[in-house]
Amino acid sequence: MTSVYQKLYFFLIGLFLALPLIVVAGVSVNQKQTLAFPPEGFSTSWYGEIFLNPEWRNALFASVTLALLSAALAVAIALPLAWFLWRRVAPWANIFQLLGVAPFTLPPVITALGLLTFWATAGFYGQPWTAVVSHAIFFVTLPLVTLSLGFTSIDRSLVEAAATMGADERTIFRTVVLPLILPYIVSGYAFAFVLSLNEYIVAYMTVGFTMETLPIKIFNALRYGYTPTMASVTVLFVSTAAVIFGLVARFGDLPKLLGAMASDQK
Amino acid sequence: MRREPPQTFGDYSPLLFPAAMLTIFFVVPFGTMIAVSFFQRQQGGFYTPAFVFDNYERFLSAFFGGVLGFSLMMAIAVAICCVVLALPFTYLLTRMARRVQIVWLVALLSILSLSEVIIGFAWSTLFSRTAGITNILVALGLMSEAKALTPSFAAVLTGMVYQAFPYTVLVLFPALVRLDPTLTEAARTLGASPPKAFFTVVVPALRNTIVATLIMVFIFALGSYLLPQLLGRPQHWTLSVLITDQAIYQSNMPFAAAMAVFLVLVTLGLVALTVIAGRKGEAA
Repeated sequence: MTSVYQKLYFFLIGLFLALPLIVVAGVSVNQKQTLAFPPEGFSTSWYGEIFLNPEWRNALFASVTLALLSAALAVAIALPLAWFLWRRVAPWANIFQLLGVAPFTLPPVITALGLLTFWATAGFYGQPWTAVVSHAIFFVTLPLVTLSLGFTSIDRSLVEAAATMGADERTIFRTVVLPLILPYIVSGYAFAFVLSLNEYIVAYMTVGFTMETLPIKIFNALRYGYTPTMASVTVLFVSTAAVIFGLVARFGDLPKLLGAMASDQK
Repeated sequence: MRREPPQTFGDYSPLLFPAAMLTIFFVVPFGTMIAVSFFQRQQGGFYTPAFVFDNYERFLSAFFGGVLGFSLMMAIAVAICCVVLALPFTYLLTRMARRVQIVWLVALLSILSLSEVIIGFAWSTLFSRTAGITNILVALGLMSEAKALTPSFAAVLTGMVYQAFPYTVLVLFPALVRLDPTLTEAARTLGASPPKAFFTVVVPALRNTIVATLIMVFIFALGSYLLPQLLGRPQHWTLSVLITDQAIYQSNMPFAAAMAVFLVLVTLGLVALTVIAGRKGEAA
């Protein structure tokens, strides 16, 4: 009896989570430019539109470039910090850990507004590279948390053995630490990449008037009414996220990563 | 290798780049925003350095009080709905096979990472007249005619619960994974039904986790800046929406900054509460 209720409960939650996406997927294959569900006719042309229409293609290109670069910069900030905190006893350095987690804990509008006033004051407002830096700071939390977790899982006796056998700090890092931490670098990068791809408010407040990322493009298009292209972009985004997180789960320990992520946020 | 305190300047060098980046691009912007909140606004979207409290005085209006009250009420409603829905869900999920867990976790992460723009668009489609859920009800013969369900309070609430639900599960997940399974086993051996064991043993054991989660989801919901705009009417706007609106469309940066500073203070107060709730949890 209980398991029937349990199945029903999970089914209803699953339905709640999937329903908007099912409808959007249905809308995305409409034959004409109408917002109808169930879809009228069948056409995949709205998926082609993302790549063929120069406006959508530019937005896609801007989003992917932004996500690739900002996730790389976020990892570049997080890796030395996490390594230092693991390697050294320096309690005051924890303040930087706190600073790294803060942008993600505070409501996003605050980070966005802080960066807007900063770039405007510094005179760089609207330059594309400011979005890269802004996203890297906004999402540095994700690689920082995964890397901190990764370092705690390294057996210190391995490092000790390498040191005893005469390896210097640099060699130890390259030959022992880096291979062990690599999966965590990859998953930290993946998390930052997917979230940057989807991020709207920070991108909008920093470069919204000079550059269109996909979420900005969708929002601007929403104001002039619907087009099924929005629906096809949504489906593309959900599948991208699912594939990337699926790969992280396939090659890493997802429950463990999440177990630590959330407990670190508390 | 034992952890050692840094000896030479060279030992500190890995810290240089992260510290500089976080200071220049997070601490300084934060300070800039606080400074701007005291600036004098000029006509046409400009502002001049000053030290005035005008922007904070505007908080004393009935309009602002209304928005603040609504934002807090909305965030509380979202937090309660999410925890009530997610607690039994996460509990049962942690007791499932690892393979099943991973499938759910990947799905939840994918939804969590979705842009608010996309969530707003998806729900406004689902609630629309031409492609919405009412069409399904009409097809089933439960309704006579399709109609639009947005803009409305219920639509905003649904959208925000949808956005915050995966977050709630992921916050609860580690605490529930670590929950001692012998607790429920003991209750079951003593004759409690699974729901009874859940409500009389699991829920009280997790009291502090539940409080901490409620506060974290509350903060998360306070941050929602687009859903009230896309799914609601202007009276459903929250503080985050108002900040965005003032900064971008009304070009009143000083007022937007003052509201943001206020929102930070509210959030930090709540984070402090969460930490205290967490400490109590450890002591218990």
